[in-house]
Amino acid sequence: MAEYQIHRRPTGGLHLAARKTISTATRINRNLAPERLIIPMTQQLGPPATPTVTVGQRVVRGQSVGAPGETPSAAVHAPRAGTVLKLEQRLVPGGNRLVQSPCVVLAVDDESTEPRTEPQGHWPDGHTDRIQAIRTAGIVGLGGAAFPTAEKLATNGSCSTLILNGAECEPYISCDDMLMRESAAEILTGAQTMMSLVGADICLLAIERDKSLALESMAAAIAELGDERIRIATVPSVYPGGGERQLIELLMGEEVPSGHYPIATGCVCQNVATAYALDRLVRAGEPLMTRIVTVTGKGVREPQNVEVPIGTPIRELIQHCGGYVGNVERLILGGSMMGYSVSSDELPVTKATNCVIAAHRDEVRDSYEEWPCIRCGNCAEVCPARLLPQDLLRRSRSYDYQQLDVLGLSDCIECGCCDVVCPSQIPLTDYFRDAKQARRTHERHRRLADTAQSRYLSKQERLRLQQEQTERLQTDLKAQVAADSKLRQETVQAAIDRVRRRRDADDAR
Amino acid sequence: MSFALKPAPHVTPATSVPLVMRRVLYALIPATIVYTAYFGWGLLINMVIAVAAALAAEALMLRARRRAIRPGIADASAVVTAILLAFAIPPLAPWWIPALGAGVAVSLAKHLYGGLGSNLFNPAMVGYVILLISFPVEMTQWLPPVGFDPSVQQLGFWSNLNYALTGHTPSGIDIDALTQATPLDQVKEGLGQMRTLDEIRLGRLFGFYGGRGWELINGCFALGGLYLLYRGVIRWHIPVALIAGLCGCAAALHIMDPSRYSSPGFHLFGGATLLGAFFIATDPVTAAATDRGRLIFGAAIGAITYAIRTWGGYPDGLAFAVLLMNATVPLLDRYTRPRIYGHF
Repeated sequence: MAEYQIHRRPTGGLHLAARKTISTATRINRNLAPERLIIPMTQQLGPPATPTVTVGQRVVRGQSVGAPGETPSAAVHAPRAGTVLKLEQRLVPGGNRLVQSPCVVLAVDDESTEPRTEPQGHWPDGHTDRIQAIRTAGIVGLGGAAFPTAEKLATNGSCSTLILNGAECEPYISCDDMLMRESAAEILTGAQTMMSLVGADICLLAIERDKSLALESMAAAIAELGDERIRIATVPSVYPGGGERQLIELLMGEEVPSGHYPIATGCVCQNVATAYALDRLVRAGEPLMTRIVTVTGKGVREPQNVEVPIGTPIRELIQHCGGYVGNVERLILGGSMMGYSVSSDELPVTKATNCVIAAHRDEVRDSYEEWPCIRCGNCAEVCPARLLPQDLLRRSRSYDYQQLDVLGLSDCIECGCCDVVCPSQIPLTDYFRDAKQARRTHERHRRLADTAQSRYLSKQERLRLQQEQTERLQTDLKAQVAADSKLRQETVQAAIDRVRRRRDADDAR
Repeated sequence: MSFALKPAPHVTPATSVPLVMRRVLYALIPATIVYTAYFGWGLLINMVIAVAAALAAEALMLRARRRAIRPGIADASAVVTAILLAFAIPPLAPWWIPALGAGVAVSLAKHLYGGLGSNLFNPAMVGYVILLISFPVEMTQWLPPVGFDPSVQQLGFWSNLNYALTGHTPSGIDIDALTQATPLDQVKEGLGQMRTLDEIRLGRLFGFYGGRGWELINGCFALGGLYLLYRGVIRWHIPVALIAGLCGCAAALHIMDPSRYSSPGFHLFGGATLLGAFFIATDPVTAAATDRGRLIFGAAIGAITYAIRTWGGYPDGLAFAVLLMNATVPLLDRYTRPRIYGHF
């Protein structure tokens, strides 16, 4: 197997302290047995799944508790057997913030009671059936964005390259790294399934240079498999080099056009953990019920990677890892660059939760004092999208949406690199998130205003037409009346004349 | 348990404005030492006066603008302005020259435009140009580079300080006997008297390339500049483009007529070239912010400086060139935006 050679350097990005070895000392812990599960219906990009169970109902392991909503969506399954306690609306972790979602709350049964697993169907033969099987198995992208995998794989033969993303660039996160070390063969067969589904004739497995154990393990598995189409691409350890668009630029030398999906460049990008989940489906008929989560930070006693049933409350997960230690300043879902802080650990792990950091004060940004922008341009230098964050900041502060569009606000991937290098320590990414939100609201208001205006104008037009018609009718009526009265006068006059003529004739006689 | 809610990213910023300013000051230490060795205590006296005036102006303006005073003083940006201005002032200047220059630089050029980050023109250069135009005599009385040569008379610390504060020199020494024009002045004047460069350069002010003493001081500026590059405080684009613009023009004309046009080496090591290239033109607030913009900005400063030195009324034109190009920065930034990822 020849290694895939990269001849480019990543655009922008940063070399950050990886802090991954905190959680990579032990193998993946697969013994977590939660007592209670909060299974959200919104775990994927797109509309929520529809709950298919009722309160008090008993469900078995692997049973579907939520049917996929409108495409793009994915089904949701019970990872353990249990009884439905309640169906309720709760705040749950979404892609980059907490979202409201209907949830199925499950009291987990003793594992020994039967039946434990819902019997699963076989891996079907036809392409459409297979895509449907992936949709009903609830498989979504496990890199963190949770895009429904079925939609991504349902390409129309326009894909030539499958990029398998093992470049886990964000600090602290090590779940993909550990999975590659321990389950290389399964990842590869999952990738082969993906290749046949999208019709790709080459698969590039991107792994960062500093993950030597994962590189070794994957290389050995590829050699054993003997598939010449799968090649390893060793990529530099630069954040955010593992971002989908950044990876495609680095590996293929092509940019994904703004506002399009990667398929526009003939690539489909999938996370290694997603390939693993697909392999579980093909081999054992298992839907997506668990995921690997990195539990790390100085605030947790035994940092490690854990295979977590979807819906496990974070508190139980932390307890499984020895509980909190010291004064935990911040709880972060995701990595330290793009992850978001949450105030409570009463939240469930979802399909998008790749990492939980219990951070002490000295691990995270503490002071939020800022200076005025001194226009140094550090931000532009590290921006992987080649934006000018300092100009965006100025326009964000004044909510100048027209200029924000020109400057490419929507192309900001919110990686946070600009924040780290800013000498004025301005929370730029937060300004941009805020500006994007405000822009969406503005857009919605403008659409509403446009609709109202067009409605008003058409009503005006309608009223004018009505008025015209009424006037026309009135004119006609008047003319009619006038004509009628004239006719009557003439008739009367004619009668008078007739009478007068007859009387004159009588008189003359 | 309840945890703090803070926006991503959670990584501590790698640098800060005070750190950037401190690094600029560190980078000027070698030049300060060598300068003092050649020209005596005047520079240090000027620095102290200028810094005091700049900080006072900063505090007054912040107060007038109803802003917090402590962070404005603590970010050391006013100190950097004052120190850079002090390098541009003759060592034997009356006290009110650095005081006025620094005060004007901070209050007029910086705060009237909106304070740190908002000024269009480089404050130190505005201060310098105002002084140069208003007080041409005081601003052109330079000392000869005595250095470590004991045979030439040099003012001690106390007599230097006394001169700065009172305008009196110790008995028996005339101020005109102490001061001299700069090498660039002499070249300009000499060429005006139809002398050739080779004749002019026989004077004792001239060294191997540029002015005696100035060569080493400028070398120290370059050294400081390399430190700033290494620390990521500045980028290579402006210094390289400025030096290329200046030396490119100088080389072209020097090849045509070496007796009338000075060599690129003389231009590089004479006058304010290296101070300007690494410390003045690279001021982030007033320089172009895009890579291509910086190349144009630097090259134009180099070329304009050369034009003023060669054909203009002033021996050195770097300050004017910087101010001229400062005015073009909004336009440069507007038309040199990089292509955004995914936009074709």
